[in-house]
This record gives sequence, C-alpha cells and structure tokens, in this order.
Amino acid sequence: MREVPVLDAANIRKRYGDREVVAGLDISLRRGECFGLLGPNGAGKTTTLRMLLGLTAPDSGDIRVLGHPVPQAAREARIRIGVVPQMDNLDPDFTVTENLVVYGRYFGFKDDELQARIPSLLQFAALESRANSRIQELSGGMKRRLVLARALINDPDLIFLDEPTTGLDPQARHVIWERLRKLLNQGKTILLTTHFMDEAERLCDRLKIIDEGKTIADGAPRDLIREHIEPEVLEVYGEQVEQWVEKMAKPLASRAEVTGETAFCYAAHVQPLIDSLQNYAHLSFMHRPANLEDVFLKLTGREMRD
Amino acid sequence: MSSLDLSLPRFSWRWIAVWRRNFLVWKKLAAESIFGNIVDPLFYMLGMGFGLGTMLPEVNGVTYIAFLAGGTVCYSTMFAASFEALYSGFARMHVQRTWDGILNAPIVLDDVVLAEWIWAASKSLLSGVAILLVVLALGLAQNWLAIFILPLAFLIGLTFAGMGFIMTAMARSYDFFTFWFTIVLTPMVLLSGVFYPVGNMHPILQAVSSALPLTHAIELGRPLLLGQVPENILLHVGVMLAYGGIGFYIALVLFRRRLLK
Repeated sequence: MREVPVLDAANIRKRYGDREVVAGLDISLRRGECFGLLGPNGAGKTTTLRMLLGLTAPDSGDIRVLGHPVPQAAREARIRIGVVPQMDNLDPDFTVTENLVVYGRYFGFKDDELQARIPSLLQFAALESRANSRIQELSGGMKRRLVLARALINDPDLIFLDEPTTGLDPQARHVIWERLRKLLNQGKTILLTTHFMDEAERLCDRLKIIDEGKTIADGAPRDLIREHIEPEVLEVYGEQVEQWVEKMAKPLASRAEVTGETAFCYAAHVQPLIDSLQNYAHLSFMHRPANLEDVFLKLTGREMRD
Repeated sequence: MSSLDLSLPRFSWRWIAVWRRNFLVWKKLAAESIFGNIVDPLFYMLGMGFGLGTMLPEVNGVTYIAFLAGGTVCYSTMFAASFEALYSGFARMHVQRTWDGILNAPIVLDDVVLAEWIWAASKSLLSGVAILLVVLALGLAQNWLAIFILPLAFLIGLTFAGMGFIMTAMARSYDFFTFWFTIVLTPMVLLSGVFYPVGNMHPILQAVSSALPLTHAIELGRPLLLGQVPENILLHVGVMLAYGGIGFYIALVLFRRRLLK
C-alpha cells in the first residue's frame, strides 16, 4: 500500500501580471523527511510556501496538506502546521513567554495548557533563563530559536521553515541545525527553503531546485551531485587565471568556469590539472569533492539575481 | 490588475485571541494611554469651555462648556479609534508584521480585521470611559442618561475605524495618514457641531453636515450629557453603522488584495 503523502501539490501555478512566478510545480512530502526547496532569489520559493499554507490561492493545480484541501480548508491544515517565517515577526511589546502564550491562543489553546507546555519549549530553544526577557534584549540567534519554539507551540506534524538561518552567525546556525535534527528524530516532517547549500546538503533527505517557477532538478543531495556534476573540483585563483584556463584547464578538465579571479574546474580526476599548475607559481589552488553548491550553480547559472 | 475577492466576510471565534493580543499590549502601556485619554479632553474642555465660555454666556440655552462636553466626547473617541485603526493598525500589519505571524496560525484574514475593528472600538470605549470621568468630575452630566455615552463611544469606534481601515489597507507609509486626518477628520470636526451649533451655519454647509457621521454621533452624545433622550436614535445609529460597516467591507476587500495576493 502506498503511504499517503503529508503534503501533495500537483501542477500548481501562480501568475502575477504577465510573469508566471510558479509555473507548474509538483511537490510531495513523505512523513518524517526533511525536504528542501532551493532556488535563486525570485525563483518562486516564497510564493510556493504561501500557496501551500493557503495564504495565496493558486491559479490552477491541486494542493492537499495533512489530508485537507488547500486553500479551501487551509485553516484546518494550519492547526497541525508550524511556520518559521523568513522575517522575524515576534511581538516586540511582549516578553519571551508572552510571545508563546499569545501565539498559542491563536491555536485555541487555553492558558493553563500553554503554561504546562511552555517550559519544555523554552528548554528546547535553550531560553529558560530568558523567559521574562523582552524581545529587544535577545540576540539574533535567540530570536530565531524563539521563532522556532513558537512554531512548535501546537506540536505540529509538519513544519515550514523559510530560510531559517539567514543572518545568523556560524555558532547559531549549528544550534538551529541540531534542533531541526532533533525534530526530525521525533518524526516531524520538515519543508525547508534555503540559499545555503551546505545547510540543504546537511539536513535534507530530498530536495528540489527550482528556477523561474519550474523544477530544474530533484532528488537526494548525493544523487543530485552524482547525476549533475563531475566528482572533483579544483578551484584555482590568482591574477590572470584565464591564461592558465585557456591553455591548460580547457583541454584537461571536462568543464571550467571563471568568475573574477577564480576558476572552477570540474573533472573526474584533477591530478593532471594540479600538475599543470607547476609552471604557474602565482596561482593558488584548492582541491575538493563536488558539492551541492556546484550543482546549484551549474543549473541556475553564476550571474547575480536580485 | 488582480481580481478582487468580494465575498462577504466569514468570521470565527478565533478573532478573540487577536483582540486579546492587542489588549495585552494596551495593559502594559495603560498608564500612559489613560493619562492621555483624560488630560487631552480635560484641557480642551477647560480651555475652550471657560475661555470661550466667558464670551459666550449661553449656547442653545446651556452654558458653553456644557454644550462643548457632548461634542468633545464624540470627537475625542473618534480620534482614539482613528489613531488605533490607522497608525497602530498599520504598525501591526506592515511594520511589525504581526498579522503575518497570526495568519500562519489557524486564523484567517477576515478574523484578524474583525479583531482589529472590535479592538479599535474598544480603544474608543476606553477613551469614552476616561472622558465620562472628566465630565462627571466637572459636574457636566445632568442625569444617569450620561452612562449611554459608553455604548455610543463603542459605536463611534466602529464607525470611524471601519472607514479608517480603508486608508490603512492602501497605505505605503505613515505619511499617507496625514491626508485622512487633515482632509477628512479635521473638517468634519468643524462641520459637525462640536464647537458651535450646526444650525448657525450656511444652509449648504448644514446639508453637508447632515451627511457626516460625526454629526449623527453628536446628535446622540450632546442630549445624553444634557440629560435628554436623543431624537431619531435609530436614524443616527443606522447612519453610523452604515458608514462603519460599508467602510469595513471595502477595507476588508483591500486588505485581502494586499495581503492574500
């Protein structure tokens, strides 16, 4: 018997003016997995999340979330969903605890139920000592952890995270990742959008790369790297790296791209490339295995998106 | 141009949780808020009432300050509701993104806007309580009918918050609200008989005045403080509810276009 997906969106589309922001996406989430939705700015990630939450009606396509048709029964679906939005929208007038109480009321919880639940949420977010602090007194990492705790106030089955670690320092990012892994171990299903390829590679069981509202690749991070890109990368940097690329890299690598003073050379084996650098003492290099960022840049291009 | 969702509002009891959120914020800042609610109308009534009152011994058969009290109650509560619906509402919708957070919970936009409407009317009521205390302290209430100022304050809140939300739904920044206050509310105060009887104005201005919601509010508020049962109560209440209700509906359609696009 096939398992019923936690979330199933089929051929969803959304057009603003003459621009189709989401142009026929399919997304299906299995219970307990972490699913990543990746794409450059303006790829349609946030619009897709809004449609899945029932905040924006798709022009066409079918969405079912936790058994409910969306947007028709979005309110019922959202009872079992937690959301970590891209922008912190904590209540600045309230303390940490008050933020959780007020948010819990939106789900219909009574105050005594919330008082019983909040200590474990504060512990999860490592904010026990901050229970009565005002929001302005919290660091960026603490605010993010509080937003995550707030998203868990209803013990959701499905959690949406829209760029959960943007703007955080490395320490704070690691703490968030560790907490998300805990949630996955508890059996929660996570839908994550991110710009950070290391984050996606680390957390996601499966992911989908979208651009201009369309899927351009999907699968497990390892499979995507295997399918789309040569296994080894040599990054070479220094002045006039182009000359070396034209002379040496083009014949030896299967692909070479130059941005600024850095050349990215992709090959099954890069040793011949390293050897070729002996006569170019001013160039430095780094040899590494291919990663998800290489796949992403290959598929979506290196030019800037605003 | 995106099509408009003109469907009638659908409400659930979840709106109460949103109202309670705003009430909790108010409680934290209640001292300042109550102080302003009392002192502002007090200064106006004392300054205008006793200042101008020395030159105007009687207006419509009562002392000027007694005449002024009814108008002051109405326009003060009107401003209380308008500030809440425009400035504070915009802060919650746009600046703090409070509404976005609420909409991720099982609460729909119609409930949020309803909660904001009732909340703005509640602020108007709180302002009405404060002014009634001032009126009582100054001995300007003639009898127990003055207590009906409180439901009137709530109704004034519904009227002007409902209309004001149209501006909130269209605003790009706080500056936009200057238009509403200077082009709509201030002239309305001058045309609705707050400071002088409408009957003394040019007939054309009287006709304009009779269409303004604040005029209808004052037609109810002034007699209540003078100890009389107002005339044409249903007409006045009906006009105010129509302004507030139609304004609310138009605003809701605009909020949907803005936030659910």
